[in-house]
Amino acid sequence: MYKDLNLTKTKTKPLESVVKFFITLSAFAAILISIAIVFTLLTEAINFFQDPEVTIREYFTATRWTPTFKNPVYGVLPLISSTLYIALIACLISFPLGLFSAIYLSEFASRRTRKVIKPIMEILAGVPTVVFGYFALNWITPNIVQRFIPGSGVFNAISAGIAVGIMIIPTIASISDDALNAVPKSLRMGSLALGSTRRVTALKIMLPAALSGIIASFILGFSRAIGETMIVTIAGGQYPELNLDPRKAMYTITSSIVNVSLGDTPHGTTAYNALFALGITLFIMTFVLNIFSDYIARKYRKEYEQ
Amino acid sequence: METEITTKKELDHVFTVRDVSVSYGDFTAVKNVSMDMFKNNITAFIGPSGCGKSTLIRSFNRMNDLIPNAVVNGEINYQGINLYDEEVDPVQVRRRIGMVFQKPNPFPKSIRENITFGLKVNNMTDNLDERVEKALTQAALWDEVKNDLDKNALDLSGGQQQRLCIARTIAVEPDTILMDEPCSALDPVATKKIEDLMQILVKDFSILIVTHNMQQASRVSNYCAFFTTKATDDGRRTGELVEYSDTKTMFTNPSESLTEEYISGRFG
Amino acid sequence: MNNNSVFAETKKERELKELAFLSILYFCVTVAIVTLMTLIYDVISTGYSRLFNDYELGLISKVTIDNPKDFLTSLDSRDPLKAGIGPAFAGTVWLMIIVIFATFPLGAGAAIYLQEFAPKNKLTRFIELNLTNLAGVPSVIYGLMGLAVFVRLAGFGRSVLSGGLTLTLLILPVVIVASREALKAVPDTIRQGALALGSTKFQAIFRQVVPSAIPGMVTGMVLGLSRAIGETAPLIFMGALTYVNYYPDTPLSGFTAIPIQVYNWIGYPQAEWKDTSSAGIILLLGLLLSMNALALIIRNKFEKDW
Repeated sequence: MYKDLNLTKTKTKPLESVVKFFITLSAFAAILISIAIVFTLLTEAINFFQDPEVTIREYFTATRWTPTFKNPVYGVLPLISSTLYIALIACLISFPLGLFSAIYLSEFASRRTRKVIKPIMEILAGVPTVVFGYFALNWITPNIVQRFIPGSGVFNAISAGIAVGIMIIPTIASISDDALNAVPKSLRMGSLALGSTRRVTALKIMLPAALSGIIASFILGFSRAIGETMIVTIAGGQYPELNLDPRKAMYTITSSIVNVSLGDTPHGTTAYNALFALGITLFIMTFVLNIFSDYIARKYRKEYEQ
Repeated sequence: METEITTKKELDHVFTVRDVSVSYGDFTAVKNVSMDMFKNNITAFIGPSGCGKSTLIRSFNRMNDLIPNAVVNGEINYQGINLYDEEVDPVQVRRRIGMVFQKPNPFPKSIRENITFGLKVNNMTDNLDERVEKALTQAALWDEVKNDLDKNALDLSGGQQQRLCIARTIAVEPDTILMDEPCSALDPVATKKIEDLMQILVKDFSILIVTHNMQQASRVSNYCAFFTTKATDDGRRTGELVEYSDTKTMFTNPSESLTEEYISGRFG
Repeated sequence: MNNNSVFAETKKERELKELAFLSILYFCVTVAIVTLMTLIYDVISTGYSRLFNDYELGLISKVTIDNPKDFLTSLDSRDPLKAGIGPAFAGTVWLMIIVIFATFPLGAGAAIYLQEFAPKNKLTRFIELNLTNLAGVPSVIYGLMGLAVFVRLAGFGRSVLSGGLTLTLLILPVVIVASREALKAVPDTIRQGALALGSTKFQAIFRQVVPSAIPGMVTGMVLGLSRAIGETAPLIFMGALTYVNYYPDTPLSGFTAIPIQVYNWIGYPQAEWKDTSSAGIILLLGLLLSMNALALIIRNKFEKDW
């Protein structure tokens, strides 16, 4: 003991510096990816709008999207309308189903039931969208839509909307469940102790307390519905004109991106650049929704942290 | 208030503390600490909770550096070197001044690996097995675990885990061991084992112990530093050193009335 | 006073309302479960024959495949009875390997930096914000970015390498978040204990904290991988949809993947293709199930109970 004291710094090993450098770089990769996305979308989209064949006015006001026709028309309106339409149908299905599932899980289900149902939700969340697309086209369309809704085509917006809605249920359910569970148990106890029922407690006390998280989950679900690709491509069909009849095919932004790239679109053509114009339109829509969802969750979250 | 050390013998100082205060942001946790601590002695910091004893002891091995806005003012000299000098490397400091924590925190690895980690990090990799055995023996744990060195450390009892933590600390051959309430999470039997251990260890090491258990301090320590809190202008309480003397004097004939009140249990 | 009858009536009324509400809740949860079961049943009943039994064409002729495993190893074909998933399976495996090798170091590195080394300043917040946003970007946009960056800019062409790297970027935000959680779960006393023994921060983190967090990080990686395997949209731009009927031999070769192949088959109108696509889906779901089971096993066997 009490050897000679030398308390000055030891040199950092070179290996440590290399590793530190690498992990710092990895973290900054996140920013890089964002920049790459925005940059590539932007530059090619700008190419698109600078193309003499295309006018911004036509892009936003024309009611057809026919890039491969002899006289191509690049109107994004039908695509946006279809996207929103299908997303709306999806939300009509997923919001109530998802929310009530969450209420059941957090307010009524026993621990054992939770242990069974939560994994089932996770499995549903893990099903690839191409499988949902298959299910929509081959099962939902013939057995539900065409059977009960006369005049429906093989490709229709209702099937696509239903399938997208079911796909989103786990998202809504799990985020809402988290929001409900974050409300202190004391609130629930207080309500029950006053003699109210579980139903009233759930709807009038717990739900409002968790509202910000629940609304955030809705917005997020809506954003996912808008960005969904395979289900709508497989089951929604291609109908390039503005169409408000859900029994017929509807052509969303995402399916048009897929279909344009299926054909032969060499780099530099207007059709190729159109991909990126659509891409940036989609990106802006989902980005704004995601930011909004995050904002709502933060701003209105009741401070329950002890 | 400061007190002169009333020792008759010529002892080597291990720590000299002058006018030390530790604050977090604008809150001062403890201030006006000056004292000399001596080699191969057990010095106890006692006093009610909240008077900055743990904060102070963490300054002695620069663990406070890990807290973002912690500031240590004053001088803490370790065997003549100012621990907070610019040239001093906190990592090196912690190799010479070890620490045992309140809640035993063995690594989730085998017993052997808990000890070899510190050895490897300090480049003491010769004769690993012998060093492991020596450390465990010194910590009075060898007989209990010698056949289970590859067992997971988390399978040991609380008292055994704490002795393992002591073993890995002394394996790297520090000069001083800081102990922050090492027995507060343990049962009385385990506590006694560690107190007995301390009496043996002090022959080779200097020991600083924070304890809120007065009886433990009177049993175990040679010197005592008594802290208490005083209200400040903004309504908060800051810790201060009230009295520092050898244990016998502190418990039989303390100079300060506050000390006397604490010892006799009138507050705390 | 008719106290008893007043209370009795209210009680019955109340219980009815409770029951009605509970029924609604049960219904909502059931929809999700029933859909999942229907989907699985439909897929298995139609595709089972192609994988395991002799294949019967019903009215017209009876065709037997001597070795049902032919489906797994055959090439694609214009004949639905002969079409196999061999090259697509190989493509998926190639993709998995590339994704694992690219994602794990980047994901783990970024997580370690963000959780253990990053200062709490605006730059770090910005990185974290980027990660959250990237997680919500639709997968088709990653495909567009991959097209511009990997296929064209980096010159990798429409290859399995481009596909793998695109998928890596897609799942990277999710993997980083999961790895961070694993690191957060390691109690701070471990870090302090290591530092108190005189280790440097680097040693404490890489020799104690990271090894303890590895099971959680691997679990996150496996879950991210299972998501990547099911993705179709990002790969479409890699030319994976053209009729690829060969096994990829180098990272730069063309490829197809299981979900893409299934998507192709779904699109063919003849009825027999339904069974073929179902078989492909069974394979895909089986693959995903095994990966999730693997993640579960890792989690249960290796994760520590602090």
